[in-house]
Amino acid sequence: MKKVQFKSYYSQYFFLAPQLLILLIFLYWPIIQTFKDAFTMQDAFGFGSQFAGFDNFLFVFSDPSYFTAFKFTIIYSFVITLITGSIGLLLAVQANKVLHGKNVYKTLLIWPYAIAPAVVGVMANYFFSERYGLLHHLFNNLWGFNWYEDVFDAYIYVIIAGSWKQISANFIFFLAGLQAIQKTVIEASIIDCKSNIRRFWTITFPLLMPTTFFLIIINITYAFFDTFGIIDTTTIGAPGSETKTLVYKAYIDGFKGLDLGSAGAQSIMMMIIVLFITIFQFRYIEGKIHYN
Amino acid sequence: MTRHISSTINHCILLIGLLIMIVPVWIIFASSTHSSLFINTNGLQFFLGDNFIENYSRVLFKKSGFFNEITALKMFFNSFVMATGIATLSVITSLMAAYGLVYFKIKYATIIFWLIFITLLVPLELRIMPSYIVMSKLNLVNTFAGLILPISASAIATFFFRQFYKSIPDELLEAAKLDGTSSWRFFIDFLVPLSKTMIAAVFIFMFVFGYNQYLWPLIMTTSEQYWTVVMGLKTMYGSISDRFAFVIMSMIPPVLIIVFLQKLFIQGIFQNK
Repeated sequence: MKKVQFKSYYSQYFFLAPQLLILLIFLYWPIIQTFKDAFTMQDAFGFGSQFAGFDNFLFVFSDPSYFTAFKFTIIYSFVITLITGSIGLLLAVQANKVLHGKNVYKTLLIWPYAIAPAVVGVMANYFFSERYGLLHHLFNNLWGFNWYEDVFDAYIYVIIAGSWKQISANFIFFLAGLQAIQKTVIEASIIDCKSNIRRFWTITFPLLMPTTFFLIIINITYAFFDTFGIIDTTTIGAPGSETKTLVYKAYIDGFKGLDLGSAGAQSIMMMIIVLFITIFQFRYIEGKIHYN
Repeated sequence: MTRHISSTINHCILLIGLLIMIVPVWIIFASSTHSSLFINTNGLQFFLGDNFIENYSRVLFKKSGFFNEITALKMFFNSFVMATGIATLSVITSLMAAYGLVYFKIKYATIIFWLIFITLLVPLELRIMPSYIVMSKLNLVNTFAGLILPISASAIATFFFRQFYKSIPDELLEAAKLDGTSSWRFFIDFLVPLSKTMIAAVFIFMFVFGYNQYLWPLIMTTSEQYWTVVMGLKTMYGSISDRFAFVIMSMIPPVLIIVFLQKLFIQGIFQNK
């Protein structure tokens, strides 16, 4: 922290109080409730409940649809990260090179970033509807597209819907990363290496590593949580439970299925996963890698 | 010559990127200007029709929803109240909390630090059901307070401000202390004006974040009077061109904010990356 600080008996608590108060009531209370739910078993009518130890967790682990959701979440995060990262990088590299119209391209490429995932999902819905959908017709002519029965087709649906707006986010960060690379480094490398492509992979891309790493985390978090609105407005998990993310499944089991114990256990599992991602992220931010 | 070719390739790739981003929204927009009858028989349209004013004014002013109790205009109002509330509340509380953390000698600093930042591990999606139960115990279902408070309970803005304060040179406080400035005056007279850009950036970020909320309003509002735009999209009923028009309108506020304030927004993100 700061070397020079204020010393006071109560002022600091005055500044901290509003946030702490909101966090305690609207965050810690529900979280404590989540833990309570996870370790209690409620009877089917919600009249009574009793301590259940790890029964809810065992139940979740013995549920094959939990593993389906786990598998889908991993595939979904991986594919979205890969697609949006590579398209975002490709576009950012081009936008950084062009002399004319840089700002026009920039503005026209970043605006989808602002659109809510649920809105994107509703839009995707139209493009994949049997009646009006252009993409539905296109894929149907190619191989007989049927997302509510075929898992692969459903994957294509939610991956396209989930990737579209995230390309913008990747573009913004990669462009900023590229602009932060010093001109002298690039100029020096031009003398040593004539090939554009080789120069990109040996000089520019390594310099972009911090940005790439940061974006991988951003994209994974997006695929875990923000895609809720997309799944809920497109496939709703169909066919079966094949396109439910872990977060979506926890919501369905808790809110629709009213199985608080299972939902609580699933939430805690998710918290552990997020904890690992965050530790990873914090270590990166605190020990930020500097190349320039 | 080769330079010419490579620059052409650059522009071509960028144009393809632009098309991927623009065409889907354009098609929905163009389709929203046709009558539903026309869409139902001819599918999505690429060219504009002449029902623009008719469709959009119908969506904005005619009551719809499950019980026909709400207009899109009212939903926009609700969304704005919610987004402004979230942005204002989180900027004020975070600005203060970050000040308390960075500029004071605190006895249990580490504990308070973790108490605040561990909340980043628990997004609203993970505590949705218990949060609902807490809100109904507090009688906050179907209120703006219920829509705003749990979303404002986030440490992300505090994290931004803390990083920013840490980048301010220590000399500023040393000089202020020599003059005998109180902690309260230092905050109001020095730090708040210095943080203007950051405050604006965080405000925009939180506004768009609040406006785009989907799951929470869906759960918190059983009365149509509190429906917001983004959740209303799924639940609103109407003819197909009404729904297209509503989709287009729903994205206008956040998109305008990002397009016109992009410099501020990006600056805000990057001061903290």
